[in-house]
Amino acid sequence: MTSFMQPNLLPALPEMVMLAMACLVLVVDLFLPQQKRGFTVLLSVLTLALVSWATLFTAPAAGAVITTFGGSFIVDSLAVTLKLAVYLVTFLVFVYSRDYLKDLDIYKGEYYVLGLFAVLGMMIMISAHSFLLLYLGLELLSLSLYAMIAFNRDSVSSSEAAMKYFVLGALASGLLLYGISIFYGISGTLDLTALSLVIKEQASTNPVMLAFALTFIVVGLSFKLGAVPFHMWLPDVYQGSPTSVTLFIGSAPKIAGFAMAIRLLIDGLAGLQIDWSMMLMMLAVASMALGNVVAIVQTNFKRMLAYSTISHVGFIMLGLLAATQTGLSSAMFYTLTYAITSSVAFGVLMLINCKGFNAQEIADLKGLNDTHPWYAALLAIALFSMAGVPPTVGFYAKLVVINAVIQVDMVWLGLVAVLLSVIGLYYYLRVVKVMYFDKPEDGQAITVKDALDVKILLSANSLSLILLGLFPSFLMAWCIAAFA
Amino acid sequence: MDTSMTMFADLPLLSLVIWMPVIGGIFVLFSGDQNPSGARKIALVFSILTFVLTIPLWTLFDSSTAAMQFVEKHVWIADFNINYALGVDGISMPLILLTSFTTILVIISAWEVIQYRASQYLAAFLIMEGAMIGSFAAMDSILFYIFFEAMLIPMFLIIGIWGGVNRIYATLKFFLYTFIGSVLMLVALIYMYNKSGSFAIIDLQNMQLSMNEQILIFLAFLGAFAVKVPMWPVHTWLPDAHVEAPTGGSVILAAIMLKIGGYGFLRFSLPITPDASQQLDWLIITMSLTAVVYIGFVALVQQDMKKLIAYSSIAHMGFVTLGFFIVYRIGTESQGAALALEGGMVQMVSHGFISGAMFLSVGVLYDRMHSRQIADYGGVVNTMPVFAAFMVFFAMANAGLPGTSGFVGEFMVILASFKANFWIAFLAATTLILGAAYTLWMVKRVVFGDIANDNVRALKDIGKREFLILALLAIAVLALGLYPDPLVNVMHPTISNLLQHISVSKL
Repeated sequence: MTSFMQPNLLPALPEMVMLAMACLVLVVDLFLPQQKRGFTVLLSVLTLALVSWATLFTAPAAGAVITTFGGSFIVDSLAVTLKLAVYLVTFLVFVYSRDYLKDLDIYKGEYYVLGLFAVLGMMIMISAHSFLLLYLGLELLSLSLYAMIAFNRDSVSSSEAAMKYFVLGALASGLLLYGISIFYGISGTLDLTALSLVIKEQASTNPVMLAFALTFIVVGLSFKLGAVPFHMWLPDVYQGSPTSVTLFIGSAPKIAGFAMAIRLLIDGLAGLQIDWSMMLMMLAVASMALGNVVAIVQTNFKRMLAYSTISHVGFIMLGLLAATQTGLSSAMFYTLTYAITSSVAFGVLMLINCKGFNAQEIADLKGLNDTHPWYAALLAIALFSMAGVPPTVGFYAKLVVINAVIQVDMVWLGLVAVLLSVIGLYYYLRVVKVMYFDKPEDGQAITVKDALDVKILLSANSLSLILLGLFPSFLMAWCIAAFA
Repeated sequence: MDTSMTMFADLPLLSLVIWMPVIGGIFVLFSGDQNPSGARKIALVFSILTFVLTIPLWTLFDSSTAAMQFVEKHVWIADFNINYALGVDGISMPLILLTSFTTILVIISAWEVIQYRASQYLAAFLIMEGAMIGSFAAMDSILFYIFFEAMLIPMFLIIGIWGGVNRIYATLKFFLYTFIGSVLMLVALIYMYNKSGSFAIIDLQNMQLSMNEQILIFLAFLGAFAVKVPMWPVHTWLPDAHVEAPTGGSVILAAIMLKIGGYGFLRFSLPITPDASQQLDWLIITMSLTAVVYIGFVALVQQDMKKLIAYSSIAHMGFVTLGFFIVYRIGTESQGAALALEGGMVQMVSHGFISGAMFLSVGVLYDRMHSRQIADYGGVVNTMPVFAAFMVFFAMANAGLPGTSGFVGEFMVILASFKANFWIAFLAATTLILGAAYTLWMVKRVVFGDIANDNVRALKDIGKREFLILALLAIAVLALGLYPDPLVNVMHPTISNLLQHISVSKL
């Protein structure tokens, strides 16, 4: 670009609103006494509502694509859908977290501000159409998350988790950057569209170099998504973080990570699809196998869900590696529904206190059906959905992903996936067993932080898993439209 | 369509009978644990209402056609061409009636027995009823699959919460076994969808498939349905599940759930993969005969009454699968083939009544003595004469006494087998001896003889509630045994049509 042109700022309106509001919340919160902290929460939720409006306001017509900032920022229906999903999940996180944070005595405004900045990072990732912007968004997200994990600074395990996440996250970012720099060296551009054209030209003449660079990109991506063998940070971080942060990490950033995968692999590196499909296939099988098998031996509920996440990432990769419209939209469907499902699981866990402490272990849930049948049912629905048992939405998500791989003639991969998911079923059922079949131990008083608004939201969240399972059409239609 | 039909013709009857119990179950669930007697009444009302709604399925059924009746079809998931399509023919309609009938008995049988969380217990049965009827009525394979899997969750909870000592092992085994079998079927269904562009069962039945494809798909279906039936050697979950399940759970499991496996063979395996079924019929016949003979011997040595009946269920279901897959050896065009298939179907319905009755009888004893061990009993006839009469009657039916329903199905299958191969028929016929041996020997030890101990001496005979359940079942067993024609006539056109379909090669 030779002359400076005023970029069209309107497509980035949601991001700008988010930035402004996050700063506003930060400042306003400074002047609030502790007992008025609820106002910060309210303001944060309002921010999400405002940004949702801005996102819808600037949304392009169906099928249209808007780019700005010299092509490095993109707004398409994929971006709009994913952003709205991120807002929704973050909204759930903000509401569910409140009582938990009070309990841990870390009910502070910074938690929400960091959350908002993390959302801003995710929004940038989702709309990024150049390596630079993508990296910027990713780092903004990661930095916010590091701080959130360490938020409970008196907890040793939280600090350890934050440290681990920071070191490994930095390593992953480094690998990603290294891949980006090689691609920059090959193509001389950071723009994904331009890059894809260069790759098309050089795919036959320069395959080794391209595959070399691609490997680093895929490794970086796998780190962020938590695919085996780059998953090591995930169980420790899930277990060590405050549960509200685990909930956040386990849901919204997965959506952003999915967007990153789409932007990088589909928009930028589609010319190397044969190579990365192969890589994702190995990563997917390894993730599903290790995630499901290792989850069986876990006693800590959060750690178990961490391994379960790893296996779900494997499933998402199945959809990605098919790389067809069906495959991508099914992977998107899987990602979105998984984010909603894990919100329920962690949301219920956060509310439960066992012997005066927050529940962590699977055994802490013993006899939950006896004391709190409603919460037990909500959690059970989420677990059955994760296991993919109909009529929950998890079944439909697995169905469409397996359909995608069978469609590209990889029946064996579909078989491997369903068989490994049967192994997965075992550990989900074990939690149901603990809740429903076991009796509470003596002196194991389960109490639940029973706030009406949380209860209503959590119930709606959980029942939506059944409703979406019965009527998946509209969500599926959005996902398909995003890749039209 | 005559005038009496018009009243029901506008009603989505099948949807009603599927969703009525589910809604009833949700009602019962929310009526709470504080008011168990209210929950019982609501559950009973809904189960009776459902049964009443299934009666028009029988009375208005047109038994001159093999076409699907009471059809409902709505687009459900357009992107994948999945429809909410329901309909019944001659093989699904009797099973739906059996389901709604049995559920009433189960609800009544739980009346005083289940005190712990009665509302959850009853709700589970009602919701399960909806799912079971749904799987019989589904005309879309994904809809079938969803109902097929969804019924596992309530059963999992029923065994796990209200079961015996070893219930957790049993219920996990039950769930995992069934699930692993059915996911293979799911992959097969998706594969066929990608070839045919439709999940409708009728389209799958009509699509072309190569031999290799058929064999793999056949094996996938076998995985799903053999576990459900269950066939030897994947039967081991059943004795565990039966022994640990509460009485109602055992009844539903034996009377209905096993039938879904048999139904699946008729609806999916035979018509979708006819050539593979022919090629691999030796496999099924071997498995069936092993079930009949070997499992018959296993039943003989059981110490636990429920386990004995569980093994006898496996042996009896062996007849069903034998009847279904012997048709190729008889020749699908011949009369004998229809006899074999109808025999299998009659055996399914009859086994639904008899095994339900046997489990209820054991339940009656268990409620009083809290023991299922045969050795703890003896001379029950002295203290419970009315009950003893029922138990002996059902035992006779289980052993295949002529005049009871147990005889009809077995006789039809044996008769048909003779047209295929003498030795197959001979091995199958051993059941008449083995079945009599294990059942009557158990009855002898439990019911007859001198009063064995003080616990037996203190037994009280059955009350009105128990009498009602057992009497209803006894009438059903007798009626079907003496006059099976109505049932056979209903299914005849469907069976002939099925035989015509499978005699045409898909290659």
